[in-house]
Amino acid sequence: MKVLRSFWSGLKRGSLPVYSLLAVVFLLTPIFYTIVFSFNKSLRRNTVWNSFTFDNWTHICARQDLCNAVGNSIMISLISTLIATALGTALAIALVRYRFKFRSAVNFALFLPMATPEIVMGAGLAGLFFNAGVGPGFVPTVIAHVMFCLSFVVVTVKARVQTLDPALEEAGRDLYANPSQVFWKITFPLLLPGVLSAALLSFALSFDDFIITYFNSGSVNTFPKFIYVAAKGGVPAQANVIASSVFLLAIIIVLATQISGHFKRKRLQHVK
Amino acid sequence: MAGELSVAGADLELIDVRKDFPGFTALDDMDLHIPAGQFFALLGPSGCGKTTTLRIVAGLETPTQGRVLIGGKDITDTKPHERPVNTVFQSYALFPHMTILDNVAFGLRQRKVEDPVAKAQAALDLVELGHVGERRPQQLSGGQQQRVALARALVNRPSLLLLDEPLGALDLKLRRQMQIELKAIQMEVGLTFLHVTHDQEEAMDMADTVAVMNKGRIEQMGAPEALYDRPKTAFVSKFLGQSNLFVGKVVDSNANSVSIEVGGSKITVDKKRAEKHEGTIAIGVRPEKATFHESKPTLGADHVLIGPGEIIDIRFTGVSNQYLIEVPNVGEITVFAQNVGKSPVVELGAKVWISWKVEHSFGLRDLPDGTEDQG
Amino acid sequence: MAFAAFGSSAPTTQGQTKSGRVVLALLLPGLIYLVLFFVIPLVSLVLTSLEAPAASGKIGEYVPGFDIGNYSYVVTKYWPQIARSFGFAFLATIISLLISYPLAYFIGVKARSRPMLQRMLVTLVIAPFFISFLLRTIAWKQLLADHSPIMEWAHQVGLLSPSQSFIGSEAAVVFGLVYNFIPFMTLPLYTSLERLDIRFLEAGSDLYASPAKVFRKITLPLSMPGIISGTLLTFIPIAGDYVNASRDFLGSSNTSMIGTMVDADFLQNRNYPAASAMSVVLMGIILILVTWYVRKSGTEDLL
Ligand SMILES: Nc1ncnc2c1ncn2[C@@H]1O[C@H](COP(=O)(O)OP(=O)(O)O)[C@@H](O)[C@H]1O
Ligand SMILES: [Mg+2]
Repeated sequence: MKVLRSFWSGLKRGSLPVYSLLAVVFLLTPIFYTIVFSFNKSLRRNTVWNSFTFDNWTHICARQDLCNAVGNSIMISLISTLIATALGTALAIALVRYRFKFRSAVNFALFLPMATPEIVMGAGLAGLFFNAGVGPGFVPTVIAHVMFCLSFVVVTVKARVQTLDPALEEAGRDLYANPSQVFWKITFPLLLPGVLSAALLSFALSFDDFIITYFNSGSVNTFPKFIYVAAKGGVPAQANVIASSVFLLAIIIVLATQISGHFKRKRLQHVK
Repeated sequence: MAGELSVAGADLELIDVRKDFPGFTALDDMDLHIPAGQFFALLGPSGCGKTTTLRIVAGLETPTQGRVLIGGKDITDTKPHERPVNTVFQSYALFPHMTILDNVAFGLRQRKVEDPVAKAQAALDLVELGHVGERRPQQLSGGQQQRVALARALVNRPSLLLLDEPLGALDLKLRRQMQIELKAIQMEVGLTFLHVTHDQEEAMDMADTVAVMNKGRIEQMGAPEALYDRPKTAFVSKFLGQSNLFVGKVVDSNANSVSIEVGGSKITVDKKRAEKHEGTIAIGVRPEKATFHESKPTLGADHVLIGPGEIIDIRFTGVSNQYLIEVPNVGEITVFAQNVGKSPVVELGAKVWISWKVEHSFGLRDLPDGTEDQG
Repeated sequence: MAFAAFGSSAPTTQGQTKSGRVVLALLLPGLIYLVLFFVIPLVSLVLTSLEAPAASGKIGEYVPGFDIGNYSYVVTKYWPQIARSFGFAFLATIISLLISYPLAYFIGVKARSRPMLQRMLVTLVIAPFFISFLLRTIAWKQLLADHSPIMEWAHQVGLLSPSQSFIGSEAAVVFGLVYNFIPFMTLPLYTSLERLDIRFLEAGSDLYASPAKVFRKITLPLSMPGIISGTLLTFIPIAGDYVNASRDFLGSSNTSMIGTMVDADFLQNRNYPAASAMSVVLMGIILILVTWYVRKSGTEDLL
């Protein structure tokens, strides 16, 4: 009660914006640190600030093993994002659009992977592959990544399907479009924003995954695995370069879509 | 312009159509015939099955039983995109990711019609929205969206155009204006229009033929004037305008008329204006056909006379006054009197007699809800 | 038969059978995938957890069996790790909630009148997702290392005694967990607060409720769905995490969690039954807690 009251009186004094600013600064601090240290002229360990240099950025692949790991990560994330997005979108459409007997059971089954800690899923899959006589490697890793991305894709796309007016598809059928034309000309373009954000989320989850990958990738190195192993001895500044560039790229994409969306909305309001 | 779009409409026939939803029968053995080129209105309260009927005609719903024929061709098993039918949806359902012009051209492009853009532009011009082709649906007002939806359907020159409460979302003034435009467009293009509405004024105003629907059935069908003049069921008599209904046993019957007795008064109807001639029947009269008198008048057998009763409510609605009169043993009777200054000036509580010409009585096929067969 | 199960419960007409086929086509690939790579691994995990060492006595070789002993082995040997995992998870979840709620409230309710600011803030909250969480954790390790400016200051003002290190302590692990999972907490909170109709709050104050009462009676209950999904999205992964607790990151050998032991048993000791038993214990406790939590908060349909 006392906490609540002080929270509210604090609110009145306008400290909420200040608090929010501090919270955001807290969230961003290690990101800044990571970016700043990508410009550090470091020796083996990139832990103490030495001097400013662009060398790490111009020689990203100075550590060939790091670049290979990043390449693997990109491949794994791309493939698993494609598969998870396709499977998950189909599931989401079925779950929102159709009434069938086991609907709530399917919903629950799709929630379960999200309620399963990575370590359990990772160990379970690794055990399965081990028992099946399949060694860990690239394919098992992709399979595992699709599995943990799937539920997140379903949740994201489902939210979008729910906002889709069924009358739009019916209008398409009424206007001489056959079922596949209705899907590609109406349903899919309207779902696209949801599908894209699901894919983006899926890619981010997959690219950054460590635990499940660690259990299933065997000798295939990935970016997170590289950092985990290097953490013992010292992470090279090139890792910071790669993380920073991925980060900046993603932020630019997100900001660009948001700003263009903002102005589009503004324009729409204006014309009306 | 109209020449581009007009095409002879085709007639529509529903034969014995039934639609069951899980645990609910939405349409019950429905028969309907709409001649080519007509403006046909399907009128009924919300939930009576109007939308379901349209969806079955459009192919968006499969009937549980029965056939659908367009231009004499059985299309019951034809898919929606293969039917010569287009719909103006209740919510308009304009594609938000396409421009207005692309929306209108959609059907033409699907069918690979030549020069879709020019034709779409012509259709937009017809609904006086030629200048908004490059905008998105979200940028238009409700009335404009409605007209785009109309253009998008019309441009395909369907044999039959289905309109599901197309004016329902518009405010009253815009609705009346669009009614006039819609009717004008229909006359211009000459297509068969099947227009669904729950607004009786709209249906009476626009349609050549009105079918009144209730609980999944068509209760009565005919020209608006005929429906109003001679409703055949209690539901129609109440849903289309107002009616005073009287229920009683037939006590008198001759070659031309039958009479019932209600609370000591004799109410007569011409046989040719009555659906039933024996047993317990309901006879009705429209409020504006009745008049009241402050003293008991002497009238011939060609009039019905009831009273005396007491005026219990008076409403001034501008053009006319509405009087509610309570007659002992008969019930409440509504009388409209034109506000022309000649009508008797009466006050609340006044004692009056009510009369009307027998030729204005109508006899119903059924009894109003809540009355019992007295046979 | 399977068709009938997936068709709607209406009498089967032509249309229904067809939509049944469409549903099946949409569902089957995903469901088969779920069974093959989620259900079967879990079952196999349970089976492995009951295996006994092979007669050969070679490391990493086991035969199917029904050896409950693996469970008593892991529970007696690893109970500190089990207790620590769930203790950390409780603590970090609650701290995350306390930190995230005002932030989500500000973004979702107060910043509503300025959509551009709102979108910027959401972007900043999800920004950590775009950069390796391992690197962010390493960044904290360095920022909070013994002779870093922050720690010098902490020692000076007496937050820590002179000989005390922060990195390697249980507090440091909880700190890292809180930091890493704040976005998972803030986002669902924001989503439900953003949908909150301000008129409810105004109606509340209009009816003479004090701000604290409006918060407790209106805002809090209406943001419950966000609180539930936020706490679940935080608690479950934290209970299974072991990177923050690792000695190469924020922890030490005294902060090991369940995951640390599964990793060690599975990948190093090749004691698959013990690792499996440990995973089953983790999963089992989580399922019990989540079921209880969801029942208690009465939001089963949320899932
Ligand atoms: N898909 C459906 N499932 C179950 N009942 C339905 C379905 N569609 C319509 N109904 C029911 O059928 C009746 C008629 O609906 P509808 O044709 O939409 O009425 P109207 O358009 O005249 O308002 C309503 O009672 C409605 O609840
Ligand atoms: Mg309707």
